[in-house]
Amino acid sequence: MIELYESQRAMRNLRKAAMQRGVVAVLDVGTSKIACLVLRFDGIDPAGGDVGSMAGQAGFRVIGAATTRSRGVRFGEIEAMAETERAIRTAVQAAQKMANIRVDHVIACFSGAGPRSYGLAGEVDLEGQVVSEQDVSRVLSACDVPDYGTGREVLHAQPVNFALDHRSGLIDPRGQMGTRLATDMHMVTVEAAAVQNLALAVRRCDLELAGVASSSYVSGVAALVEDEQELGAACIDMGGGTTGISIFMKKHMIYADAVSMGGEHVTNDISLGLQVPPATAERLKTFLGGVMATGMDDREMIDLEGETGDWEHDRRQVSRAELIGIMRPRVEEILEEVRVRLDAAGFEHLPSQQIVLTGGGSQIPGLDGLASKILGQQVRLGRPMRVHGLPQAATGPGFASAVGMCLFAAHPQDEWWDFELPVEKYPARSLRRAVKWFKDNW
Amino acid sequence: MQSLNGEKRMARSDPAPSRWAYRFQRLMLTPVFRTLLRVGVPFALCLVATLFYLSADGRRDAIRLAIADIRAEIFNRPEFTVRLMAVDGASDGLSADIREIVPYDFPVSSFDLDLETIRQDVAGLAAVRAASVRIRNGGVLQVDIVERHPAVLWRSGEGLHLVDIEGVVLDDVTHRGAHPDLPLLAGRGADRHVREAMEIFAATGPLTPRLRGLVRRGERRWDVVLDRGQIILLPEIGPIQALERVIALSDAQDMMARDLVAVDMRLSERPTLRMSEGAVENWWKIRNISVENDGS
Repeated sequence: MIELYESQRAMRNLRKAAMQRGVVAVLDVGTSKIACLVLRFDGIDPAGGDVGSMAGQAGFRVIGAATTRSRGVRFGEIEAMAETERAIRTAVQAAQKMANIRVDHVIACFSGAGPRSYGLAGEVDLEGQVVSEQDVSRVLSACDVPDYGTGREVLHAQPVNFALDHRSGLIDPRGQMGTRLATDMHMVTVEAAAVQNLALAVRRCDLELAGVASSSYVSGVAALVEDEQELGAACIDMGGGTTGISIFMKKHMIYADAVSMGGEHVTNDISLGLQVPPATAERLKTFLGGVMATGMDDREMIDLEGETGDWEHDRRQVSRAELIGIMRPRVEEILEEVRVRLDAAGFEHLPSQQIVLTGGGSQIPGLDGLASKILGQQVRLGRPMRVHGLPQAATGPGFASAVGMCLFAAHPQDEWWDFELPVEKYPARSLRRAVKWFKDNW
Repeated sequence: MQSLNGEKRMARSDPAPSRWAYRFQRLMLTPVFRTLLRVGVPFALCLVATLFYLSADGRRDAIRLAIADIRAEIFNRPEFTVRLMAVDGASDGLSADIREIVPYDFPVSSFDLDLETIRQDVAGLAAVRAASVRIRNGGVLQVDIVERHPAVLWRSGEGLHLVDIEGVVLDDVTHRGAHPDLPLLAGRGADRHVREAMEIFAATGPLTPRLRGLVRRGERRWDVVLDRGQIILLPEIGPIQALERVIALSDAQDMMARDLVAVDMRLSERPTLRMSEGAVENWWKIRNISVENDGS
């Protein structure tokens, strides 16, 4: 685990340096679009500290925003490096131009790479009467790490819960009396190749990667309101190539997953079913698409224009009901797959079963009605929360993960590597170990 | 037929910036580089252009000449011309002296006048107590003088001098008759106590017509010299009171009209008279006559 510490700590230090300089870029590498926001950190809390952290929105401002069509990304993973690099360059350049400032550090998120979620538990006897920082480190490192396989990498490892003797649900056990400290930790692993490809693509744009996050996690941070995060809710981020799932409880993510299906599959179905090019299919989906057909839709005819030269082929007409009939099965399939994942995660055991749909795919008209039939009654459409300086064009649900990245950058949650290494595992602290040995034996 | 160049045209419509365009934009957004470009480059260009222009001797001389011309033109404007000098508060002789020592030929530009030097030169004259120099409206160099006036004549080892009340030697005089109105002092150090001497002169009263002068003795006290060689020796302290006593005696007993040589007032409790030789002999003679008469 030492290497993980090192790389994540190096990224954390880069992030701190970037915050010190005041400017950091946020990059959402999606399947259908790449969004780049430039944040400026003022270090001044406009609320004056009395109101709290303003749900993490205080202290920064979006000064540049740009979005571009994604290329070379499939299922949330980079597939064609040069293409992706160009797309990132386009977005970063436009955002820099708007911000009129040069950014060097980038925090990126991606949705694919098969995220897997693990719950870890650890237990340790306290050294003294009172829980110290060292004890927290020890209990974190005492967690039994499952064998998540070679070629995978830990993306998040967040302590979710602390228990001291018989009291559970502690957020911060430091300074409390007790004898035995236990913790639950939530760990997300992804394929290492995807992270490395992303780092390489960012580096090829002369930028430095100062942090990586899972897209499902950050869109949950942005789209769930505070009480939903506290009481338990699932965020479904319906993206272009993947649909991310994250479950939040007590303001911590306790489960993350992704379904490798998204809006582009819907577009593909339309393209196949109506024999139109993908661009036309995308236009039909966004302007006229839906999932609940009514009688009116049978009468509303859509012209399918083509350039083949075949008069019959170019003068076809379909009713809107047909379009909906193509879209609905695929959307249902996605939602059912989400249902399966949620059931596997034990979502039904949570006290509150709020489900929030966000992401670009959630803008399909009538989706909330369809989703409530499949996922349960408590479904709402979520938009990312408002942050300072965000342009109107970037406030839609498709920017949930970009906005979540801003909040993640401003107020990161404690991760495993944010704590000091326990004394026993830290080779550089051998002197302290010697002192401790002396103390114990004499 | 489809164009074979279609692929390339598609590539050109790529919205992504090329790698060099991207790097160039990032470079242009670097604050240091932008400052350098905004300040450094124009500065360097101006510097190079100026240095190139000035590298030729002819241009440098032309610039220098032009500056000198403009200066001269401004200096010679009538507003700045000083045409004459007015000397106030000085007697004719002193005024002539001042005009002689001011080293300018009028008309002259006021920029060329060094007023402080003129003031110091004028104030350096012995007969000037204070001087102020300014340029008055209408191009007049105004010199205001407070002149020293001779108070006494002082006969020293070198000759006869005019001395003002503060003891400054103003001028040399060839003979006493040139200033019959001024009292005469003599003796070393007399010039440093002119004010005391003037008080003594003022106190002479009825002896004034007979007064010849005062003599400073041993740089410490005064002798009053009258005609017929009579001397009144005054003490160091309270000379005026001593002189007034002598005058009172003289008034009462007509003392100074008698055949005295000196009245010594140096010891106030014991004034001493010194008679002339003839008077003493006469006095003896008279005494003898009277003794003989008494004894017979």
